[in-house]
Amino acid sequence: MLIAEIFDRCRALVDDTDLSTVAAWKAAHPGAKAIGCFPVYVPTELVHAAGMLPVGLVGGGGHIEMDHADSLVQSFVCSISRSTLELGMTGRFRNLDGLLFPSICDVARNLSGMCSRNFPALWVDYIHLPQNRASAGVVDYYRSELARVQVGLDVLAGRTTTFDALAASIQAFNQQRAVLRDLHAFRRSFPWLLSTEELHLLTNAGSVLDVAEHTNLLQETLNLLSMRKGKPKDRIRVLLEGAFCEQPPLELMKAIEEAGCWIVEDDLLLGRRWLATDVTLNGDPLRALAESYVRQDTVSSVRHERPRRRADSLVERAREARVDGVLLCSAKFCEPALFDQVLLRNALEQAGIPHLALEFEEKMGVFETPRTQVETFVESILFA
Amino acid sequence: MALYQDLGRNLQKDLLAKWYGDLALANERKEPVAYLFVSGNVEELLQAYGFHLVYPEINALQCGIKKAAGGFIQKAEEAGYSSDVCGYVKNDVGIALAGGKWPLGNLPKPDLLVCTYAGCTTYMKWFEALAQHFECPLFVLDVPFVRDEDVPAADIAYVVTQLRELSVLCQAVTGRTLSEERLRELVRLSAEAEDLWVRVLEMAKRRPSPLDGFFEAVFFMAPINVLRGTPECVAYYEGVLREMEERVSLGIGPIPEEKFRVVLEGPPPWPHFRAFWDLFKRWGVTCVASTYPRVGGIWDWGMRHDPERPWESIATHAMNGYTNWNLARRQAMMRRFVAEYHADALVLHSVKSCRAFSMGMADTRELFLREDRLPALFIESDLADPRYFSEAQLRTRVDAFFEALEHRRSARV
Ligand code: SF4
Repeated sequence: MLIAEIFDRCRALVDDTDLSTVAAWKAAHPGAKAIGCFPVYVPTELVHAAGMLPVGLVGGGGHIEMDHADSLVQSFVCSISRSTLELGMTGRFRNLDGLLFPSICDVARNLSGMCSRNFPALWVDYIHLPQNRASAGVVDYYRSELARVQVGLDVLAGRTTTFDALAASIQAFNQQRAVLRDLHAFRRSFPWLLSTEELHLLTNAGSVLDVAEHTNLLQETLNLLSMRKGKPKDRIRVLLEGAFCEQPPLELMKAIEEAGCWIVEDDLLLGRRWLATDVTLNGDPLRALAESYVRQDTVSSVRHERPRRRADSLVERAREARVDGVLLCSAKFCEPALFDQVLLRNALEQAGIPHLALEFEEKMGVFETPRTQVETFVESILFA
Repeated sequence: MALYQDLGRNLQKDLLAKWYGDLALANERKEPVAYLFVSGNVEELLQAYGFHLVYPEINALQCGIKKAAGGFIQKAEEAGYSSDVCGYVKNDVGIALAGGKWPLGNLPKPDLLVCTYAGCTTYMKWFEALAQHFECPLFVLDVPFVRDEDVPAADIAYVVTQLRELSVLCQAVTGRTLSEERLRELVRLSAEAEDLWVRVLEMAKRRPSPLDGFFEAVFFMAPINVLRGTPECVAYYEGVLREMEERVSLGIGPIPEEKFRVVLEGPPPWPHFRAFWDLFKRWGVTCVASTYPRVGGIWDWGMRHDPERPWESIATHAMNGYTNWNLARRQAMMRRFVAEYHADALVLHSVKSCRAFSMGMADTRELFLREDRLPALFIESDLADPRYFSEAQLRTRVDAFFEALEHRRSARV
């Protein structure tokens, strides 16, 4: 396949809010089920090991009309909660059998309850991801939480997940995450050969694909990328932070880059890379998954960090990626991100790293304002 | 003759005055101070170590009532907080930025921050910010969400392990050791106060109700949330219970004539408390039960602190606060209130500051309207930010709702 064809395919997969890809997968796997997984991070290995397709929920991407959800969700709540409900209320979850929500924020918590009442045909569960990683009891707790969810999935699937099956799923996702890491490393070195819009499309395509197929697609792209030709443009390098849950429109990513930036580091679709190193298998795969979540150092607004760690980590990442500036780019009304912005802005100030705050919504239509803001930001850096 | 009327109010004034008075001197006296939250709070353990307790949520609501919230919120917004985040947090950050000077004097600096992550993610962001501001230790007690029919044993075990770890930290901060006996005594007193508090709340099952289960209960609930484990707290609820019993015998109630009985979901708009209550008083509305007084603990159906199992019961208590329950459980609870307290309607007060409360409220309204055929009124303002209260708009909605109810009633007779 040509690389352009790959991106076209990804775009088609991403735009398909009816989840017809999922329907096709189910047709090819008679009797198998599909589970929608809300961001930021869900241990999709559990779903996969139960013989099901984990489907990444990413909101409506600005493609759908809000006819029903607006009456159920107040105006001060983020778009993804609204569009997720709308997708379900307009029958677009008909190819799903269940929904899994992680404990990321107050909105997601109640959204899970709203979904279970409004979509009685779906199995809905809520996974309480641990926040106190320093506790001696945390791995035991989280292992038991994973086991609880696994039982629920097994009942739905009508089978019992073996340790071997789970270990195999963990390996499959390890491979996927490894290629994603390679792609990110590639973009960091050669941002002119892989735009953030493209990287996002590639990653997001995995929302509806089986993990093995997605991994192959990523690998193939990576191979093709090394042959891609292009010249670096005179742009500044930036890190984009704060879009870990609801995703900004692709047009915004494009507008940012066209305004004179290379986004070389970001937290877009963070959940897909949450486990930043391989999950090490050591006999009990549930424990391995639990330990990995607890010990891995991924910092995000939806998980507690000891004082200063959040701020320090952003500054460290900015320095490692050798960026000229940071874009604090969060979804409108996303409280976890908005709270952290204060802290992060102060940290960047202290570290002398230029920064700009941007807000987005799924349904934003014009990108002139952010483009101008970014242009001004770029100029202020280039001519400082 | 009325002997006990206004006792609930007056006694509470004294209790809180003493509490804030002690707080103001704590730093000076080099006595340990802990900040904590209402939901999921583990004050018995902290009291066993002799901590003075500061509840930033209560401070914020005091500012609301005293019409001082606006200034603090603005201060926080000037420091970079978004207009779209919780007003309680901004109010509190505003106080911290003002060096602890607030309408009730001076707030002491914390030696320890205890964040119960119980049904509110904002709690975590809030104390992370304070930990950085005060440069003091922060303990996050991770309280699993009540997300299923049953509470898994592993959840309780996890919370108990953390409580033991918190205890070690308290020891390090205070230099004191824990007396298990003292802890048991605190827990015993808590249970006693909880018993009395439930009896007070249940007085509203009577018709007419001697108590407003929202507008009065949100004040009466202060000691059960902040002074549990003390003999004063027990004495307080004995007094309030007497006041309520006397009201029954004298035929007095929160309003001259009870015409409508409602269950109220959501927090009060503290900066406009009186005006908000008046909207309902005009129609002869008594709130017979409400969800807000259950944020600190749902004692209605038998949950108690237990001196035989102090640690486990503190853990269980931490989990069973209103916002730490999933929506289905909350909705079931409101249903039960409607039935047990004989309510004619449900009023849902959505507040921008608190998504933990408000997200899902419109869905609850649908549930009651469609499945239970119960009239339900949905209104919006805020619990902390005085800017989000539009009295005229609220009045129109409230009037229209009760007018229709009245109509319906007269059509029926
Ligand atoms: S966008 Fe933010 S507020 Fe909305 S669901 Fe995600 S984390 Fe929660």
